[in-house]
Amino acid sequence: MSDYKEMWSSLGLDLETHDAVLNLVGKTYQDVFLSQNNRPKGMEYFDFVVSEIHGLRIKELLDAKAEGRKIVGTFCVFVPEEIVLAVNAICVGLCAGAELGFEAAEEYIPRNTCSLIKSAFGFKLAKVCPYIEATDLIVGENTCDGKKKAYEAYGNIVDNLYIMDIPQMKSEAGRALLKSEYKKFADKLEEITGVKLTVENLKKGIETVNNKRKAILRLANLRAANPVPISGLDVLLANQVYFYDNPERFTASVNAICDELEQRIEKGEGVFPKDAPRILLSGCPMAIPNWKIPNIIETSGAIVVGEEMCTGERGSQKLTNDNANTVDQLLDNIVDRYFQIDCAVFTPNQTRYEHIKEMAKKYKADGVLHYSLQFCQPYQIEAISVEKNLEKEGIPVLNIETDYSQEDIGQLKTRIEAFIERLKK
Amino acid sequence: MISAGIDIGSRTIKVVLLENNNIIFSKVIDNSFNPIETCRSVLNGHPYNTITSTGYGRHLFADYFQSEVISEIKAFSIGIHHVLPNARTILDIGGQDTKAIAIDENGAVRKFEMNDKCAAGTGRFLEIMAMALRFSLDEFGYQALSTNESVNINSMCAVFAESEIISMLAKGEDRSKIARGIYFSVIKKSMAILKRVGLQKEIAFAGGGAKSIALKTLMEEVYQQPVFVPENPQIMGALGCALYSQSKLLANNPR
Repeated sequence: MSDYKEMWSSLGLDLETHDAVLNLVGKTYQDVFLSQNNRPKGMEYFDFVVSEIHGLRIKELLDAKAEGRKIVGTFCVFVPEEIVLAVNAICVGLCAGAELGFEAAEEYIPRNTCSLIKSAFGFKLAKVCPYIEATDLIVGENTCDGKKKAYEAYGNIVDNLYIMDIPQMKSEAGRALLKSEYKKFADKLEEITGVKLTVENLKKGIETVNNKRKAILRLANLRAANPVPISGLDVLLANQVYFYDNPERFTASVNAICDELEQRIEKGEGVFPKDAPRILLSGCPMAIPNWKIPNIIETSGAIVVGEEMCTGERGSQKLTNDNANTVDQLLDNIVDRYFQIDCAVFTPNQTRYEHIKEMAKKYKADGVLHYSLQFCQPYQIEAISVEKNLEKEGIPVLNIETDYSQEDIGQLKTRIEAFIERLKK
Repeated sequence: MISAGIDIGSRTIKVVLLENNNIIFSKVIDNSFNPIETCRSVLNGHPYNTITSTGYGRHLFADYFQSEVISEIKAFSIGIHHVLPNARTILDIGGQDTKAIAIDENGAVRKFEMNDKCAAGTGRFLEIMAMALRFSLDEFGYQALSTNESVNINSMCAVFAESEIISMLAKGEDRSKIARGIYFSVIKKSMAILKRVGLQKEIAFAGGGAKSIALKTLMEEVYQQPVFVPENPQIMGALGCALYSQSKLLANNPR
């Protein structure tokens, strides 16, 4: 790891704090992931990725920059990666999953801001995220009010922030807004990369991202098996790494795991005993290294069988249609694909409720755990309808509201254990 | 065969021993900085065949005593169902948690809700408020019932509520009215989580909080219906555990 010291210094990281963060992530990873039994062999790839989370991948990004490629940092699944790849740039999800630098963040945003937003500020202010420092452009998307207003302040601490507006209703006007925003974004990318969008490069971008989605959806589908061949933690990790890994390598690695899991299923092998209670997670995204809830679930005798969240199927479901002959038509196809994302900032958001039910059925979930971050109004408000809707149909729901702190683990454990007891009868 | 149950709470530890469905021993003692030692001393001289633990120390206890582990929610449901078979909604006000549980006619959990991660609405909240008013717990309740008027307490946080009360005292507000107001604020908070689980009749009230006659009396006034408190409300979790142990023993040793 010491090999990277120079690289991290050159990016302006605070080496001492950064070391502490890496040690903590390493230790947590050891406790949460490496202690699991009977993991698929293919997960070794992800163990390696996490061990090099701020090392090799950053080196790859910096090497790519040296060749003239641009790095685009994102915080949201609404940023169309297809377009980023088409202009030969690289898309990376930025760090926002740990309680870090919150005090410094509170100089810019109020205390009652959700952990995800605070964390984005914290990582930048504490100078511990090499991804942020490696970016040429950071996309701030107007999804929830929290993020929208926080980006105004974020603009004061980074000098490469680009704001993208996002509609709030699935209307014709909403779609037109998304189209115009994606066009503007494409123009911006063309400007900073000097690469023009063509039918060819856009189709290639679509193909690469679709392949990544197909692989992660293939992985998801294998979890319908009983016993489940892979832990929810491991799949969540894959969904988190999805945002910043080299897409082709990621796709190949996930497909290799799927091959292995298919053999497991054939032999009736699983990571948990057959008929262990099955839980579907739904709600706010869980950015790396936020593994708190699935870790409690899976150390309490139940298994997570799906994630209806941005770091899960809300982000990866639905492919982009590449059947078109002009750049504008391809952009339309991209807009059509992203416009279906059922983020809680949309009103109404009926498709999300349907998607949760559909996933619960498909993955044979015994219950749904709805996870909202404290102060995340869109998901906290939807949580109430999710619970009412699903309970009415006989699907047990546990609503959990938490943040990135570790202090409430005891209370969460009590609730989650009691929920699992309820699912067992 | 003796089956045991232990509920290791944040404030107190509760133990129940059962033989042929009869309680042959029960005890409530204050928890300490060393919960395992406290458990050891309370169990000393009371042999049992099997034990089940619950409460925040349930896993720690299992590491030392090889117990079965169940959640407080399940433990209270089993315990209450045993002593009050008509109960369909349980309110448990403990030291650091308040829980509302909906159970079916067999005592199985249908739904549950817990307070947020703060002391508001818990037994500890009442203790802190009594101290702020310089009342003993008993007198605190007695005073709250001694008047028909109450002062509205706005702060839900224990720390802020304490300073709110101190400024009321400084303004010369009557202590009894403040005490009554504090009880109402706890009841309002509990009403919110009870409503979320459905509030079906009959309502059972347990946990250390249920030892307060004032809380029960004022609750009935607010809910406009009777609230049933078992004879020894604090041991319901431990009783539930002992009953769970007993069912395990019976399953493993059929007669």
